[in-house]
Amino acid sequence: MQYQVEENCLTIFLPQELDHHNAEDIRKEADRLIEEKHIKHVIFDFQGTSFMDSSGIGVIMGRYRQIYLLGGEVWAVHANERMKKILAMSGVTKIMQLYEEEKE
Amino acid sequence: MGSTGEMELIFDSSSANESFARVTVAAFMTRLNPTLEEVSDVKTAVSEAVTNAIIHGYEQEKGKIRIRCKVEEKTLYIEISDDGRGIDDVKKAMEPLFTTKPELDRSGMGFAFMEAFMDEVLVESHPHEGTTVKMKKTIGEGLKPWITQSL
Repeated sequence: MQYQVEENCLTIFLPQELDHHNAEDIRKEADRLIEEKHIKHVIFDFQGTSFMDSSGIGVIMGRYRQIYLLGGEVWAVHANERMKKILAMSGVTKIMQLYEEEKE
Repeated sequence: MGSTGEMELIFDSSSANESFARVTVAAFMTRLNPTLEEVSDVKTAVSEAVTNAIIHGYEQEKGKIRIRCKVEEKTLYIEISDDGRGIDDVKKAMEPLFTTKPELDRSGMGFAFMEAFMDEVLVESHPHEGTTVKMKKTIGEGLKPWITQSL
């Protein structure tokens, strides 16, 4: 997992498979960074991700709970069709912005 | 072109085995010549059931999880069992967003995902004895429209 902090924005580069096993590590590391670096916005980068189950949804919902009181937002970028389907089904797209391919 | 066969897999209730479990079932179902979408559906459903067994059934303690798979004609049958604590109220447990472990960031979507991705999901559970999730999915039914509505 890789994390990138730019000002008050944390980008989490998600693993290939986002399940309960991986979710635990992301949860711990992300929460540490959110607190230490005064993070307001969290971006989940799905570029390298091809599998996600409801544990991934839990990670997104949990981080949203951390930052929404600060007026922060959660974003998803580079999600493939499968990931978009899972995100939409879970209803998490109601609280999260889906960012489509960056265009120059 | 029907084919039959069975397999059984027994493994430790460790989260590192979640990936092993779903990949093994995915490999088993290739004999049905599924689409990538169908394989993904089954992998997600297996992952949900195995994760439930680890987190809720055994509450992160050591135990064994058993997966039995069977194909008959074009249908895949999957049974995932644990000998854990069991579910007090199955109906309640299956409600979307219901979770007994919000502190672990559980979304409460596990059973909803199983039901969305499989044709049928049955849950048998006895307190202090364990839980069995039975699922089935017929492969090659043609492309169903994607579920785009929230559960």
